[in-house]
Amino acid sequence: MASHSESIIREPLITGKDITYAKITNDVLFPVENKPNMAWWVGFTLASLGAALWVFSISWTFWFGVGEWGLNKTVGWAWDITGFVWWVGIGHAGTLISAVLLIFRQNWRNSINRSAEAMTIFAVICAATYIFGHMGRPWLAYWTLPLPNQYGSLWVNWNSALMMDVFAISTYFSVSLIFWYTGLLPDIASIRDRATGLRRRIYSVLSFGWTGSVKTWQRFETVSLILAGISTPLVLSVHTIVSFDFATSLEPGWHTTIFPPYFVAGAIFSGFAMVQTLLLIARKVLGLENYITMFHIESMNKIILLTGSIVGVAYITEFFIAWYSGVEYEQYAFINRATGPYWWAYWSMMTCNVITPQLFWFKKIRINIPFAWVLSIIVNIGMWFERFVIIVTSLHRDYIPSSWVMFYPTWTDVGIFVGSIGLFFTMFLLFIRVLPSVAMAEVKLLLKTSSEQAKKKLIDEGHLDPTHVDDYTTALEKYDSVDLTQYQKA
Amino acid sequence: MSSTKFILGCFDDPDNMMHGIENLQKNSIPIYDVYTPMPIHGIEAKLGVKESRLGYAAFCFGCLGGSVIFSILYYTLVHDWPMNVGGKPHFAMPNFVPFTFEWTILFAAFGMVFTFYAATHLFPGRAPRVMDLRATDDRFVIAVDAKGNVPHDDITRLLQEAGAVEVKHNERKYVSYE
Repeated sequence: MASHSESIIREPLITGKDITYAKITNDVLFPVENKPNMAWWVGFTLASLGAALWVFSISWTFWFGVGEWGLNKTVGWAWDITGFVWWVGIGHAGTLISAVLLIFRQNWRNSINRSAEAMTIFAVICAATYIFGHMGRPWLAYWTLPLPNQYGSLWVNWNSALMMDVFAISTYFSVSLIFWYTGLLPDIASIRDRATGLRRRIYSVLSFGWTGSVKTWQRFETVSLILAGISTPLVLSVHTIVSFDFATSLEPGWHTTIFPPYFVAGAIFSGFAMVQTLLLIARKVLGLENYITMFHIESMNKIILLTGSIVGVAYITEFFIAWYSGVEYEQYAFINRATGPYWWAYWSMMTCNVITPQLFWFKKIRINIPFAWVLSIIVNIGMWFERFVIIVTSLHRDYIPSSWVMFYPTWTDVGIFVGSIGLFFTMFLLFIRVLPSVAMAEVKLLLKTSSEQAKKKLIDEGHLDPTHVDDYTTALEKYDSVDLTQYQKA
Repeated sequence: MSSTKFILGCFDDPDNMMHGIENLQKNSIPIYDVYTPMPIHGIEAKLGVKESRLGYAAFCFGCLGGSVIFSILYYTLVHDWPMNVGGKPHFAMPNFVPFTFEWTILFAAFGMVFTFYAATHLFPGRAPRVMDLRATDDRFVIAVDAKGNVPHDDITRLLQEAGAVEVKHNERKYVSYE
């Protein structure tokens, strides 16, 4: 209920003075309703150059085949599956924020869920391009579907984890898309009712005729909650099934039962890092500091710290179990990872994923924006290395030493990977221009309870425990968007 | 006879709007609908809107999805083309779990969302039936059917007493059809 006031001990989720419902709409729609600024154009130009590189490299692959990649007889999976797992993992944060945090009633999700869900969709698109790319004959991609055919019918191999992946990824993508779009409807309607001419007509079609009547909202909330409830096990299942691609094989280094939880933790870890990479820039460029506050940034950094530590424990457990199993091949696979020719990849992974995120134990670092941004990039580099280490170093020395090789990427491998980052940013930058990057309706919901001004009013009324007020004003010190002078007299 | 079709009480605060609803209900004036830029918790109880049954729809669609894919799996792996993989049983149910799970979720999600769209008349290209353009921005709008609900001045007064910033007497039901 809107009139209920939240405890003063909780930090505010919306900062700033004189925030009204209209101001939220104006602030969030500013980038949608106005011409983009220079920063957007610079970013968009760079991103589309990357996307162009992707188009070229992937077309090259389709034309000449996967022989253009650096793969060889021993290493049959390399940058393609590394890129695929990396992108799918990044996508997981969006669903985690929109679904899991909704179930746990974490209101701070309200201002970051929209862009995180968009990020999920774009990341899964990037991941899917690797699936099609590595098929060799992508025009036969429909062979992964159980369609009746003239070979029997010869059905798909349901016993394969790769088949499970087809179902998991396609379900994940389509359910995320519908979750995201349904959530967008009220905000698209806001744009529609403020626009004129052709823009109004376009947004009118996109808004599905949303009006915001009582029944619509009531059903909307039911749908959101149930979608959150079913997306939560879905998102956990997706990376579990991705890890089956490895865990169900008999390859030393892959055949481990720890993979599903370890992959899921890694996915959340890298996903939150990518959200951080995007939002720390976006809040500045789009002027959303009052909605994406230091509290949000610090909370995300805490999640990065937690999941990074889980990943670290998983690495060490994996190593210990390899030794403890007494299986010579398993032991060699792990010693080779840490001390073999790919030692640098292993130690990059260890440094970026396990050591540097531990810096987030320090509050000063958690609330330092440039530092948090750099660390988020380091986490993503580390998570790319994790997949590279799992895939390439496990494969490159197999059971027969005469077939031991190294993997060297070609320009096509590099082009597709760098290009997919460009593709991702192109889609994200277009998104923040045409659709609201913050879920306005959900942020408006917080205005009367969790905003700084509502809490200021409570303080001014003066019926609060002074120690609570002290705690609260101390907590405000970390915010970069709060004017502390108004609290001095209190 | 006045040409007013709808009386709209526009509020800038959801709590005042709730008072407006109470004021109208105390005077037995039926409310046509309420349009808000965000969900208002507790309003359904006040207006007597029944709880949504979309959860049942989701459950049924989920069961359907799980059964469909399980049947496909059974047909292909056990009935149509059983394969001998190292003498293992054809009906290897653990392998069925991921597929059954994914399609249960897929059908539940799409079934429920499309039921929601159908029940609420949401589809691409539907003409928005908007009574006040600011109802998706910063106005909380109570709409009262003016026909048969007289006198209009009393309704206006009741809304204003609750704190309506503006009361409109619209001669058209929807303003979005220009």
